[in-house]
Amino acid sequence: MAEGMIKRLGSMLENKEISCTELTNTYLSAIESANGDLNAYIKVTPEAALDTAKAVDEKLARGEQLAPLEGIPMTLKDNISTKGIETTCCSKILEGYKPIYDATVWAELKKSNAVLLGKTNMDEFAMGSSCETSCFGGASNPHDIGRVAGGSSGGVASAVGGNIAAYGLGSDTGGSIRQPASFCGIVGLKPTYGSVSRYGLIAYASSFDQIGPITTTVEDASIVYDAISGYDAMDSTSQGRRGEPTVKTLKNDIKGMKIGVADEYLDGVSDEVRSVFEKACEVYRSLGAEIVRFKLPSLRYALPVYYILACAEASSNLGRYDGIRYGYRTANYKDVNEMVCKTRSEGFGAEVKRRILLGTYVLSAGYYDAYYKKAQNLRGSIVKAFKDAFETCDVILAPTVPMTAFKKGNAISDPIETYLTDICTVPVNIAGLPGVSIPCGFDGEGMPIGMQLIGDTFCESTILNAAWQYENAAGAEVFKPSAYGVKL
Amino acid sequence: MQYEMVAGFETHVELATNTKIFCSCTTQFGGDPNTHCCPICIGLPGVLPKLNRAVVQYAIRAGLATNCHIANISKMDRKNYCYPDLPKAYQISQYDKPLCENGYVQLSNGRRIRLNRIHIEEDAGKLIHKRGDTYIDYNRGGVPLIEIVSEPDIRSVEEAKEYVEKLQQIMRYIGVSDCRMQEGSMRCDVNVSVRPVGSDKLGTRTEIKNMNSITFIGKAMEYEFNRQVELIESGGEVEQQTLRYNDSENTTSPMRGKEDANDYRYFRDPDLVTISVSDEEIDELRKTIPELHFEKVERYVGQFSLSEKDASNIAKYRRIAEFFEQASDGVKNPKTVANFIIGQIFRRLETEDDKESFDIKTTAAQLRELVKLIDDGKIRNNLAKSTLEQMLDTGKPASEFISESDMAGLDESALEGLCRKAVESNPKAVEDFKKGKQKAVKSLVGFVMKESRGKADAAAAEQLIISIIG
Repeated sequence: MAEGMIKRLGSMLENKEISCTELTNTYLSAIESANGDLNAYIKVTPEAALDTAKAVDEKLARGEQLAPLEGIPMTLKDNISTKGIETTCCSKILEGYKPIYDATVWAELKKSNAVLLGKTNMDEFAMGSSCETSCFGGASNPHDIGRVAGGSSGGVASAVGGNIAAYGLGSDTGGSIRQPASFCGIVGLKPTYGSVSRYGLIAYASSFDQIGPITTTVEDASIVYDAISGYDAMDSTSQGRRGEPTVKTLKNDIKGMKIGVADEYLDGVSDEVRSVFEKACEVYRSLGAEIVRFKLPSLRYALPVYYILACAEASSNLGRYDGIRYGYRTANYKDVNEMVCKTRSEGFGAEVKRRILLGTYVLSAGYYDAYYKKAQNLRGSIVKAFKDAFETCDVILAPTVPMTAFKKGNAISDPIETYLTDICTVPVNIAGLPGVSIPCGFDGEGMPIGMQLIGDTFCESTILNAAWQYENAAGAEVFKPSAYGVKL
Repeated sequence: MQYEMVAGFETHVELATNTKIFCSCTTQFGGDPNTHCCPICIGLPGVLPKLNRAVVQYAIRAGLATNCHIANISKMDRKNYCYPDLPKAYQISQYDKPLCENGYVQLSNGRRIRLNRIHIEEDAGKLIHKRGDTYIDYNRGGVPLIEIVSEPDIRSVEEAKEYVEKLQQIMRYIGVSDCRMQEGSMRCDVNVSVRPVGSDKLGTRTEIKNMNSITFIGKAMEYEFNRQVELIESGGEVEQQTLRYNDSENTTSPMRGKEDANDYRYFRDPDLVTISVSDEEIDELRKTIPELHFEKVERYVGQFSLSEKDASNIAKYRRIAEFFEQASDGVKNPKTVANFIIGQIFRRLETEDDKESFDIKTTAAQLRELVKLIDDGKIRNNLAKSTLEQMLDTGKPASEFISESDMAGLDESALEGLCRKAVESNPKAVEDFKKGKQKAVKSLVGFVMKESRGKADAAAAEQLIISIIG
């Protein structure tokens, strides 16, 4: 079983086995040696990291107690706004853009002296499943650098999986936390829509986007979730966390828990993924849980619904990048129209352009009813189907991705094929549900396979509890450390 | 053939809330460019709007004052278009579920101009063209607006002008906007079409954009009416288009052709939640709607016997109406108060804005005291007039300028003494009077009035003087 980095590093600091400055330097030098291969970080911020570390050391010297995330070296996906630190969404169009405010999640973590090592790689504007649409090139899988880390939060997953960050925050619009976590053999939690503030998260698709943790263990994910969730007056869609901190119920017995498995989730998954998944079900049975097979027919609409609605919102959200106020601006132009056109043509990559065009199309007069409106209605039926499912089961268990991490370059060649790999992750975002992906085995080539536990809205405690029980029972069998990163 | 005008208005009114619609920046007019801005109103990446509840309340009050139905459930939508003054490339507005619907404004001729809807939205920034360059000031970006959309119920320029004035009065009265057209806090888009008198079909309309003066609205509509009639008469057809009014030439010209017609791709703003308004909240807001201008006029005419014109002049400005009502409280004849306001106080308030802000030194209580002195027969009108001037200059009460002896009045012997003095001191006037110049007695009365500091009863003095000359 993987060791929870947050807990372990926290106790090392408390016990003065290592100073925060030493710890930070250890991570910084690990980044220096590993990042060439992993391309996880697109910007490293050693000075700010060491400043924070110094403040933590002073606190320790005064004999003060540390908060759970205090002094722990971590990273943020490059779409989370950091005041004074370039935040680009890995897009040329945001080249040089330094936010003048902090995202709420970062402001909160900063208060408790989280040590930010740098910003991590992602698909451009979080649009992609391989991290390869990044204008900085994709991040590599820490288990095989010839393969992708997944996306869009590929950089965070590569950094955490490759031990060059203790944990990180990513964002999940259609699977962007869970899928790379699955590919990299670690844990990724996509919280309930509205439980973590979106303020300062550069929007891709506003009604789907949610920030969440990528960690090495379920317990770590739970600790980070408890720290970043909560009501934020700056985000009107924010509702905060319900109930007590999730760490408190993590180790509860799950005897009698009803775990739903929907047939549709297993359609089209690879044989290796299927057999690892079936084994995981056995583990749950052995823990006293009941596996309930059921059907979720409306899932067949999930992919088109997701791509129509997410692209529609994206087409509007990305309208503001016009080169007038910040970011990239084309060199030569005659007038403002040409400036905006050229800036956007040169600044956006192909995948982003494709989604802007799709989104603009489905919202256009004459097509709105046929696409956008229909997709909205179907979104309603999917939400209802999940509600109904949770009448009979406590959690739903499903594979995270139908396959393991693919070789670099494969995603780019066929966009439709790539969209299909999101089939298991998008339903959660459509319905605003929480989902956590955890490692559950390997394929024949030793690449990690993940599965996800899906809960009803605001039931993070339930899914994290079920995830922890599996992790605890499965032990070392489902986890393999990467060759990269810090060795403590 | 005889034609009639058919017009409808889309009126944008800037709400007088202290802060913007989606952030806490000030809405104050002016200020150095881009100093009333924050990450939210300049639409930096990652920001989210947060609806200012005061905007909802102001808009509901505007709706209630114009007889609208208030929706318990409404929502915000994005209107997508690309222009440098719009930093998010979409305006947050309301599309198919506005806050207020189905109201009306009643004109003095009894006709009701139906309101289709009133919705809330954000204003854009402003482009400033200078020395061949263009600059953007986002201070106005995110200032809350309501858009009041009328049905095409207006039939003449006169009705149009009254409609706009009435909206202005209502919005000012309930305090939701100052409606200063020259500052842009009220702007109108006017839709004009023509049709043969008697027809009930609507003709093709044109839209004159961004009018910011009632005079120009009238002129532009007149021009557009004539242009359309001439076009039809000469066998042509009116083209549906957006027009700009050129005030220097008094003409309209097309702003953009049909081919550039915008597709705004409206959709619900996913960053904002449903706006719910309870019946209780609506009732509470209804209680805050004061008696409106035309209701006051009716009451002043009925209750205080003011002329319709005087009543209207006072009621037009909410602060003046309040002043009038306070000053009249408990006095015998509110008409006296009205006369002081219209006669003397208005002389000091030259512009409409002066009247609207009504910044004078004298309080309503001070004026009431002065009028009560007249009521009690302690002073006469002309002394009161000159006293009021001094009061308005200084802000001091009447007692500062009127002595005990001024209020003591004149007994008969004192009056007789003054009349004799007048006759003795003005032999020329006496001579003239004796020669038959009736008017000459007036200057003798004037002498008495002056000597008595206005306390004498002019009629009694005249009688007495005539009998003395006798």
